[in-house]
Amino acid sequence: MFGDMTTFENLFDELRRMEQGIDQIFGRSTRPAGIRSVSRGTFPPTNVGVTENEVHVYLFAPGLDAKSFNISMQQNLLLVSGARELPINQKATYFRQERFEGEFRRVVTLPEDIDPERVEAKYRDGVLQISLRRQETAKPRQIQIN
Amino acid sequence: MNDKQATAAHQSSSAAQRTEREVDYPLVPPADVFEDADGITLRLDMPGVSKERLSVKADKNTLVIEGEVQIAMPQGMEALYAEIQSTRYRRSFTLSGELDAEKTVANVNNGVLSVSIPKRAELRPRKIEVTAG
Repeated sequence: MFGDMTTFENLFDELRRMEQGIDQIFGRSTRPAGIRSVSRGTFPPTNVGVTENEVHVYLFAPGLDAKSFNISMQQNLLLVSGARELPINQKATYFRQERFEGEFRRVVTLPEDIDPERVEAKYRDGVLQISLRRQETAKPRQIQIN
Repeated sequence: MNDKQATAAHQSSSAAQRTEREVDYPLVPPADVFEDADGITLRLDMPGVSKERLSVKADKNTLVIEGEVQIAMPQGMEALYAEIQSTRYRRSFTLSGELDAEKTVANVNNGVLSVSIPKRAELRPRKIEVTAG
């Protein structure tokens, strides 16, 4: 009776494996990836954006307590670690368990010019946003042409 | 507008639509789904979605969950790299008749959406007492 559904799920597993295989050969996208970035599906997914003065790191890590993150800086490496526990309802039958559970650790390579003393972090709607300032000297200078 | 212009406009608008679709391909939030005697509960990871930007629709047959990511971003920001490349979440599930979709309850906390759909009272399993004698 459930034969078809099982095959369907397997098909997705198969696709995911193929996708990972393709990732390994070609890289996951033509967009530039960080040297320490990891393959698709790693928790928490991370975006990094830059402006002239600031660098913003967004970690999409829902269902956590703001105080449970360990955030540290090492030169221009940002390390974020923590753990997410999902209590199991013993009386229930689980059909899907797709959400990440366990310890996680992400390392983000930041531009060289960030000021390691000026870091701010906030957690809102399950997104951890870490904001860093770039050093003044690193800002592009306008060069006058005489 | 002559024919040539009309064609050009048509082409550019269809190109714009295509790009929009590629960029706006929704994220499928990972879900845990479990069932107990009272009903079915879903938990979905939807980071960046606040209560105001969330839509949970349940009718007799389907449950549709949609959400929009809203994060304050400074102006002129360029992505250095991005693993999340959309600002929309969408996922849907088919429901079965023993569930009372009208009594669906949803709440969101720290980017995790919980949805509970109770079973119709008359269809909940009853424990049958066995008496000796």
